[in-house]
Amino acid sequence: MVNDEHLAPSLATLKPKRPTFSGNKALDISEPLLFELGRDGVSGVDIEEPAAFTPRLGGQERQAALDLPALSEPEAMRHYVRLSQKNYAIDMGIYPLGSCTMKHNPRLNEQMARLPGFADLHPLQPVDTVQGALELIHECGRYLCTLTGMASVAMSPKAGAHGELCGMMSVKAALAARGEDRRTVLVPASAHGTNPATAALLGFKVVTVPAGEDGTVAAEMVREICAKHEGDVAALMLTNPNTCGLFEPQIVAIAEAIHEAGGYFYCDGANLNAILGKVRPGDLGVDAMHINLHKTFSTPHGGGGPGAGPTVLSEALAPFAPLPLIAKTEEGYRLIETAEDCEEKPFGRMTAFHGQMGMFVRAFAWMLSHGADGMRQVAEDAVLNANYVRARLQDLMSLPFPDHPSMHEVLFDESFLEETEVTTLDFAKAMIDEGFHPMTMYFPLVVKGAMLIEPTESESRASLDVFTATLRDLVMSAKAGDTARFVDAPRFAPRRRLDETGAARKPVLRWTPPASEAEAEAAE
Amino acid sequence: MRYLPHTDQDRADMLRVIGVETIDELFRDVPADKLLKEAVDLPRHKSEMEVARLMRRLAAKNRAAGDGPFFLGAGAYHHHVPASVDHIIQRSEYLTSYTPYQPEISQGTLQTLFEFQTQVAELTGTEVANASMYDGSTATAEAVLMACRVTKRSKAVLSGGLHPQYREVVETLANMEDDECISLPPDPKGGEDLLAEISEDVACVVVQSPSFYGQLIDLKPLAARCREKGVLLVAVFTEVVSLGLIEPPGAQGADIVVGEGQSIGNALSFGGPYVGLFATKQKYIRQMPGRLCGETRDREGKRGYVLTLNTREQHIRRDKATSNICTNSGLCALAFTAHMTLLGGDGLKKLALRNHERACRLADALGAISGVEVVNDSFFNEFTIRVPGDAAALVEKLADAGIVAGLPVSRLEPDCGLDDLIVVAATETATDDDIAAYASAIEAAL
Repeated sequence: MVNDEHLAPSLATLKPKRPTFSGNKALDISEPLLFELGRDGVSGVDIEEPAAFTPRLGGQERQAALDLPALSEPEAMRHYVRLSQKNYAIDMGIYPLGSCTMKHNPRLNEQMARLPGFADLHPLQPVDTVQGALELIHECGRYLCTLTGMASVAMSPKAGAHGELCGMMSVKAALAARGEDRRTVLVPASAHGTNPATAALLGFKVVTVPAGEDGTVAAEMVREICAKHEGDVAALMLTNPNTCGLFEPQIVAIAEAIHEAGGYFYCDGANLNAILGKVRPGDLGVDAMHINLHKTFSTPHGGGGPGAGPTVLSEALAPFAPLPLIAKTEEGYRLIETAEDCEEKPFGRMTAFHGQMGMFVRAFAWMLSHGADGMRQVAEDAVLNANYVRARLQDLMSLPFPDHPSMHEVLFDESFLEETEVTTLDFAKAMIDEGFHPMTMYFPLVVKGAMLIEPTESESRASLDVFTATLRDLVMSAKAGDTARFVDAPRFAPRRRLDETGAARKPVLRWTPPASEAEAEAAE
Repeated sequence: MRYLPHTDQDRADMLRVIGVETIDELFRDVPADKLLKEAVDLPRHKSEMEVARLMRRLAAKNRAAGDGPFFLGAGAYHHHVPASVDHIIQRSEYLTSYTPYQPEISQGTLQTLFEFQTQVAELTGTEVANASMYDGSTATAEAVLMACRVTKRSKAVLSGGLHPQYREVVETLANMEDDECISLPPDPKGGEDLLAEISEDVACVVVQSPSFYGQLIDLKPLAARCREKGVLLVAVFTEVVSLGLIEPPGAQGADIVVGEGQSIGNALSFGGPYVGLFATKQKYIRQMPGRLCGETRDREGKRGYVLTLNTREQHIRRDKATSNICTNSGLCALAFTAHMTLLGGDGLKKLALRNHERACRLADALGAISGVEVVNDSFFNEFTIRVPGDAAALVEKLADAGIVAGLPVSRLEPDCGLDDLIVVAATETATDDDIAAYASAIEAAL
């Protein structure tokens, strides 16, 4: 591989004029809690006092005090806008969190989700009055099935982990329909933590599949474990591309192994972005896979949610998809809300109503905007960007698995920091001082001091050049012994390093009035 | 393609830096016979204008709640949300950020979550709340799982006043977990005898107030009996505005309080995304599912916030985790908090009173019609009416007349002999004219 140095931006243009390499410094705003700002008698809304009437509360009137201060509209606006300025966001710069897929969130999609015909729609309106909404969900689901090569989709799961639960519930229902009570689920060590948690929640026994030395799972290993638990293997839960950022080369043989053992193949779809339009999980032998609309399909993460986790299912699992179901008929779209109402064998219901409509609108608008051609390009550009970052950094940082190309994320480990006193955590915090959100750290657990970088397709080459040049500078500075730059970091963020241990030891989960005030009240 | 920054020249240059000839060399681990040769069978990309046109056409096929008289509740409520709330949640810094894994540059999200937790705890009359869940129904299922963990028992008693779809969500999960649910039959009037169901092998009793049918339930005697038997009382609400006017479940002795927060700050959005509220006693915090935001200090002693008690969570505990949940409804929680901040305690009380007054006026207007009976003797902003004949057909007929008249109970509870019941809601959005229009339309239809 060539390292084409002339393509890097001239470091002269990035020379530190300020204490940071990039010249970036974060804002530091002091903003009290709203409870410390609010005053009695203030209001941010106008609500008409009702004329006299006889209440029918049956003796259930509130007796307990309701001590919640209000802010007027201008005060509230300032409070939340000032707080917002203490947040990093993808709209401010690269957000290279591996396994999280932080890509651009198009604003057209926000506008569409707010059309009254979608936003101001009640889930239990007469179905004749929501035909457009049912059509959108149905079409969105059809697109997801086409992209993944699967037979059907359950649209209602509310997030990735909820989608995993949906997939594994269909597995359990399918096994029950076969009259079998298999209890063993195979989960590779490199899986997302939600995979074993989901399996355990459903009463399965989790058996860990070790990753091979090259970071991938060997079909032979899966066969061996299946043989050891013969007759009891319910499923394998695999992430592909995996959390080391690699495509599992033996996936077809792995699928065959699990099917031969009588189990189902669950694939964690969190990394679908890498293969969208390039290869279909259904063609690889996958039986169930959740799709994170908030990752691959660009619906905003919103500080940790809402997500949406539609789950695509193979022919074998399709009959067990949960309620509700939407059917297209000659008279229009029909909504099936109860099991008595359909021929399938739904395993039940995951949530009230129909799932994350707001996310369906955004994801569908994104799919329409990209089209089949654009979605394929998305995967190619995401993979291109990850490998470009890798090429720019591999001479200075350590690649634990150099034998396979990276897919849409590239994994480094901390061995390049060995001779220094800098840890992965320090390194991440120093990135903050440079105005970047750090990459994912200490995940996956299969390598020591993991650093997982996922640029996504929405980063330009110029953005990646600045990012990698900054990382190179950090690495060289760590190796040159400038540990203060790391252990003191972050210096230019809204907060210095926060005491997380103390927070867990003595949890304070809510605001309470200052002691003096409370004592005064008690004395009254 | 407007969302992709690379030119073909960029791509070629980058491939050269990487040291490969074609992009497919980077896909070489994909079995060659599985790699798609052509694009999948979906249309090509569309311009912004084309997408907007297509989406508007779909949206126009729906009747929006604000289009005319609207009296449907049953777990989702049509309220006015101040314009500033939507502006706040559309700020890039909130909208396009991730889970606050790096607290030093996520204080905006974290502080609002801390404010949210405080507001929810105060509203529900409990000690602590988490940083939100998917929605009210899944929060209820998680409450049952938590009660089973705390009591080390595996039986749950579900009230017949629980939202039927919440009941199904709980039953589905319990079924998969090999737990047992004792579900009481539908209970429109609130007359069921839950005390008789409480025994020493029960982990929790799940009661909704106001119930699915609108009835207000006195939780105190239940709470007392539950305490005696070591059973946890899980109190559920689907209309959070009710907490402005009625005694909060925590103050009545409920151990876990869960519900739907959609009414404050969030759009109806055809069922989601919504914001699940989850609150409990301090002593159970390590058994609570979901995210928790905690207060702490930074190196310079400045107050700050972090996600805390992570050791309960899946990313550390894997198959030993308290719950498999790894996300919350962060942005919906922010919408809730911003709206709640504008309301304050007094504003919420006023809003709740206005809702109750609208519902009372509606009940008077409908109850005065010959053949229509108001089923509940106490309610908040929602109640059940009995009509002669098939309620579902009546609701369809009224929809044709432009009035969304409520939920025919038979839609969610078929074959229960409740075909003559409609659950009806009136919020602050219902005008006198809307109420009059509903009354005269139903009179004409009967």
